[in-house]
Amino acid sequence: MARAKKPKLAVWKFASCDGCQLSLLDCEDELLAVAANVDIAHFPEATRAVIAGPYDLSLVEGSITTPDDAERIHKIRRRSKRLITIGACATAGGIQALRNFARIDDYINYVYARPEYIDTLAKSTPIHDHVWVDFELRGCPIDRFQLVEVINAFLNERRPNIPRYSQCVECKRSGAVCVMVSRGTLCLGPVTQAGCGNLCPPLGRGCYGCFGPMEAPNTMSLAGWFREKDTSADAVRDLFRTFNAGAAPFRKESEAHEQR
Amino acid sequence: MKPAGSTDPLPAIIDKGGLQVLIDALIGGGFTVIAPRLTDGVIALDTITSVDHLPAGATDEQEAGYYRVHDGGGGRLFDYATTPQGWKRYLYPPEERLWQAKREGAGFAIVEERAPVPRYAFLGVRACDLRAIGILDAVFDHGRSAEPRYVARRDQALIIGVNCTRAGSTCFCTSMGTGPAVGTGADLVLTEFGDDAAPALLVEARSPAGRKVFARLGGRQAAAEDIEAADAAVAKAATMVTRHMATDAAAILKRNLEHREWAKVAQRCLGCANCTLVCPTCFCGSVEDTTDLTGATAARWRRWDSCFTSDFSYIHGGSIRRSGASRYRQWMTHKLSHWWQQFGSSGCVGCGRCITWCPVGIDITEQVRRIKDSEGGPH
Ligand code: SF4
Ligand code: SF4
Ligand code: SF4
Repeated sequence: MARAKKPKLAVWKFASCDGCQLSLLDCEDELLAVAANVDIAHFPEATRAVIAGPYDLSLVEGSITTPDDAERIHKIRRRSKRLITIGACATAGGIQALRNFARIDDYINYVYARPEYIDTLAKSTPIHDHVWVDFELRGCPIDRFQLVEVINAFLNERRPNIPRYSQCVECKRSGAVCVMVSRGTLCLGPVTQAGCGNLCPPLGRGCYGCFGPMEAPNTMSLAGWFREKDTSADAVRDLFRTFNAGAAPFRKESEAHEQR
Repeated sequence: MKPAGSTDPLPAIIDKGGLQVLIDALIGGGFTVIAPRLTDGVIALDTITSVDHLPAGATDEQEAGYYRVHDGGGGRLFDYATTPQGWKRYLYPPEERLWQAKREGAGFAIVEERAPVPRYAFLGVRACDLRAIGILDAVFDHGRSAEPRYVARRDQALIIGVNCTRAGSTCFCTSMGTGPAVGTGADLVLTEFGDDAAPALLVEARSPAGRKVFARLGGRQAAAEDIEAADAAVAKAATMVTRHMATDAAAILKRNLEHREWAKVAQRCLGCANCTLVCPTCFCGSVEDTTDLTGATAARWRRWDSCFTSDFSYIHGGSIRRSGASRYRQWMTHKLSHWWQQFGSSGCVGCGRCITWCPVGIDITEQVRRIKDSEGGPH
């Protein structure tokens, strides 16, 4: 049953790897149903067709890292009724937010042969630092089921079922054995929002924190426990400094273990 | 050992082969047999079809936030304490669709869930876990508010208890009055005793359903010495229990709702919810409505939830329990104190899982003791 007037969907890209947008193409079975229920108006990864705004729903991937992008996001916001950010770059600044802990000129000089061509901001920042965001979908990359759920909830005018509790809840529901307790493996699950689809602990690995901080992350207690178990300060700092390094609770915890 | 009731046959002695006869009889009778099994480096509950699936020779080491399995090398099949999760996940699954609704014109029709529930035989139910099932019964099999699919699973289930002959270091059943000897509610009860390499199993039948299976077991009738040896093995387990819960925990907590210890434990507590999810009596769930993309079908799901999540106490305007301290207090005071008013018992059976599986090793017995000790002297 397709809708009479289909909402217009746009997908926008900022500093990112495209992985999150590709999750939409990865939706396989659901993709056809999504396509039948929305007009995909702007989605460079999937189609060249462009329909001019305004848009009913904009999905924004990537972080703000250049002066141009800091302007562009405002234009997109003005043309979007609803704006949802997707992925760790858009919601926390992404892996490129590691620059926030260093001097940007040092990085530019290491990486580029002609640093003078580079026009970039000193920090990589999430979209919500710049414009009002209606909903944030976490993950590096996002989970395609969660993406479909958010679009589904939007279409059916209901609240999305996207929990904000810890990854541990998913471990226990699935019956996965806790790697912290049964192997002593360092795991960020207790401070990380669930939603990845329970990928790492069932394979015997600790959670890397791809979905960012959970609703009330007690990073200090977890980090303290890691330190008691003979983990070095550098190792604890690095655990919190990955895809969601720029998310405030993870940023503060990593800074607390910085050796000065 | 409980004296055999007048209708109960005298206990029998079987060996490993006899246990296979039991498993075969159960499978032949249409049961899915669930028992402890070595999986992913832990002794967890799983489906078994052979006595060889039981973790022969394995023992476990449990501490606050710590669990390891060791190979003791012997032939004992039940020489360990509690499994990481209890039988709750079979009787009350983590996720269950309750019903669906299909759009029909301007209205909708309800589609009930009618899938038959599995018929389980639980093999190796510990005393604390049997008591936990009794507590879940009080919660779910409760007149008008009964949970029909729980009741259906429970009614069909056959329970083969096992008396503990080794206690783990996080166990505190003795102070909760729940173990190590299996109490009421089991159909059959096993006690493993004797020679480490080839131990014997003493089998008691304790219900009509249990007697029916018992009649097919074979083995030999237990002699007085067997019963004595089995009793001694269980008595030894009781002496191995090192953790204790304050007997007046309910009253202590009730008069200390504003104690400073709540804020202190919240500094350590991660709010991760592991303690509630591994607890064999924690029964909280949330219902979630889903739709298909077109809005033609909706479904209502029930999922395990926890008082440690903020959505759990969300009402119009926000969560009631905003601080970690208030969430921890809710959990512990419900479990140990106002469960009495609600269901007439403690909500804790002393299995120790919340201690072992807390990633930062928070110990419920220790938390009560800290509050209790603070009452003794000046603050
Ligand atoms: S493995 Fe990690 S995420 Fe899973 S329960 Fe243990 S601490 Fe939590
Ligand atoms: S509160 Fe802890 S010790 Fe008590 S029954 Fe629950 S998990 Fe077991
Ligand atoms: S007591 Fe332990 S297991 Fe329970 S929520 Fe707190 S940290 Fe998690």
